[in-house]
Amino acid sequence: MFFTYLRRELRRRRKAALVVASGLALGIALVIVVNSVSAGMNRAQGRVLESLYGLGTDMTVTKAAAPPEEGATVKRPRFRFDAKGGDDDARQSQDIVMVQGFETLAASTVARVAGQDGVADAVGGLNVRVMKVDGQFKPGEFKQEPGEVKRGGPAAGEVRGGGADFDVDSYSVYGTDVAHQGLGPLTSSKITSGRTFAAGETSAAVAVVDSAYAKEKKLKVGGTLTVSGSKLTIVGIATADSGDAAADVYLPLARAQTLADAKGKITTVYVKATDSQRIAGVKDTIQKNISGTTVTTSADLAQTVSGSLSTASDLAAGVGKWLSIVVLVAAFLVAGLLTSSAVSRRVREFGTLKALGWKSRRVTGQVAGEALVNGLIGGALGIGIGLAGAWAITAFSPTLTAQLGAGGGGGAGAGGGGRMLVGGPGGPGGPMSDGASRALDIALTAPVSLTTIGLAVALAVAGGLIAGGFGGWRASRLRPADALRRVE
Amino acid sequence: MYELTGVTKRYRRGKDTVRALDGVDLAIPDGGRLVIQGPTGGGKSTLLQMLGGLDRPSEGAVVLDGVDLATLPEARLTRVRAEKIGFVFQGFNLVPTLTAQENVETALVPLGLKAAERRERAGEALVSVGLGERRGHLPGELSGGQQQRVAIARALVKRPAVLLADEPTGNLDESMRDEIMELLEGLWEENGLTFVMVTHDSVLARRAPRVATIRKGRVTIREQVVGAA
Ligand SMILES: Nc1ncnc2c1ncn2[C@@H]1O[C@H](COP(=O)(O)OP(=O)(O)OP(=O)(O)O)[C@@H](O)[C@H]1O
Ligand SMILES: [Mg+2]
Repeated sequence: MFFTYLRRELRRRRKAALVVASGLALGIALVIVVNSVSAGMNRAQGRVLESLYGLGTDMTVTKAAAPPEEGATVKRPRFRFDAKGGDDDARQSQDIVMVQGFETLAASTVARVAGQDGVADAVGGLNVRVMKVDGQFKPGEFKQEPGEVKRGGPAAGEVRGGGADFDVDSYSVYGTDVAHQGLGPLTSSKITSGRTFAAGETSAAVAVVDSAYAKEKKLKVGGTLTVSGSKLTIVGIATADSGDAAADVYLPLARAQTLADAKGKITTVYVKATDSQRIAGVKDTIQKNISGTTVTTSADLAQTVSGSLSTASDLAAGVGKWLSIVVLVAAFLVAGLLTSSAVSRRVREFGTLKALGWKSRRVTGQVAGEALVNGLIGGALGIGIGLAGAWAITAFSPTLTAQLGAGGGGGAGAGGGGRMLVGGPGGPGGPMSDGASRALDIALTAPVSLTTIGLAVALAVAGGLIAGGFGGWRASRLRPADALRRVE
Repeated sequence: MYELTGVTKRYRRGKDTVRALDGVDLAIPDGGRLVIQGPTGGGKSTLLQMLGGLDRPSEGAVVLDGVDLATLPEARLTRVRAEKIGFVFQGFNLVPTLTAQENVETALVPLGLKAAERRERAGEALVSVGLGERRGHLPGELSGGQQQRVAIARALVKRPAVLLADEPTGNLDESMRDEIMELLEGLWEENGLTFVMVTHDSVLARRAPRVATIRKGRVTIREQVVGAA
């Protein structure tokens, strides 16, 4: 009888059931969408960070920021070109190879970091920026205005047309530890042509080029690349997973050190922790035991993410969360009140059942059962709508931009203009150890996890129980004499 | 066998107290038939509720077959309602979403019968009120008289000792009224029920051997010769 009655009620009072269910559905759908969008944001942030770090890196170690000394000269690149006399207009070209951020650590730091508690793996790398200045001077010509003669004075006229015509091309180079390729920026790229470095090529004159840079410069596997006079053979093309590579050119570490005149130096140690739950602890250990270093975890780096991704992420975490809580609570209350008022309209019906000898418990159970099923229908509906919403977001995938390092890079400005010249806002030892401020375009997805579905189901049941609780409580207070009440 | 002594029912309405029943003494023998009459608000329905164990008196005893319903624990009172008492209401009080058959079955639910037996007995009850063909109909698809027949089947399907009816023909026109009355009287005779009916209708009152009139909660009994009309 329980199920017959339940089925009949749900079928014949479909509209009332639908009102309760759709309220819950709205709340639950919102929870699913907000949750999955949040997950999508996290995934997007993860990809932003991954493009800098490589896969599996939990933190980086860089040189700690030193307070700028009084009167210290800012190290800045210097180009020297001679303006040769006469009609010499030969092209001149010069490469300046600089360590990114100008601050380095001794290569021995890698071993010291690796020796710390909780460190599973550590590998060093050198971030380098190359500026290629290429062009020519044109001497000016002295020109005298025809027909204009000045008395007693020097010949009037002016130098015209002289000048310099130079191209400045800047690209980033990453010196990678070829014996240790499981960690570091190159892990977030796939070799799409040629090969990667062999373990023995510690200082070989070989290079792997990022596909975007290769396309721009028309570089191919087997071709050559000249950096500061040294000829490198291109052995592979790498394509970054996230579409934004950590560097334009990858070289064996020792080769990069030689080119940058930084023998035995590195800029960054990439660290993998033994336990991803203990990253903060490992960070403290390293910072305490190895002085003069700054440890940056992905959590630290995530805080430097700005741009629309970060805005949307904050929105999802703040407004979205609160909105879904408010809607859910409202839906629960409305479901409860509607169920309760439905019981009020059926006072005579339930009173009659009690007059027929139905136990109060049975009547209450019937009401609660109805409400619970309503809640579950609402939940199913909500899961459907929520999944459709998440799917629509993923299908539509609005593009968000993430700005890394901007604003959040504490001490970024400390180093002065010289660094800005090479496009590296990361101050010495700032969180953005490998330099360039990046703007990435990330397509937002809304992946729905099983946990989210589980949460939605739990909420549906909770909604049903709350509605059932209201209605059941109301029904339990009815007396058999209510069978004679003149209502309706 | 009903024995009521000093039954008083007070309803509190804010500051006022309404004395719906005021020291009612009444005995109804097994198989007896009693009609309750009286002006509106006199306490007729209240008395019927006391008899049916739907409510408890403020004072006094309502003894049915040696058991005082006034002091019986709730669970046992529920059981008495389920087993011994059949109720017919003025407004039929059918569950609108259940079919005629299912409505009749609701009376058997508290008895814990097997579904098959429940179905069979409900079917028989519907046949006995002349609605064998209408089992699958919803209340909304039946006329008022037919709905009241379903309600009568529901009251009698449990084979109760007592049938209580509160203005069972109050919502029906005259032809329906006679039809329902004939049915009720037939069933009363056939089943040896104790039958108590509240009615406004003096025509119906004249058909009963005993009439209790309630005014302001007080009862006066009148015996009469049936068929005198
Ligand atoms: N639940 C209640 N709460 C308060 N007062 C009540 C309640 N039920 C009945 N009363 C009052 O008790 C008195 C008797 O009511 P009752 O319903 O028994 O009258 P009745 O004789 O059945 O009248 P009617 O012919 O109109 O059905 C009335 O004054 C009524 O207002
Ligand atoms: Mg009444």
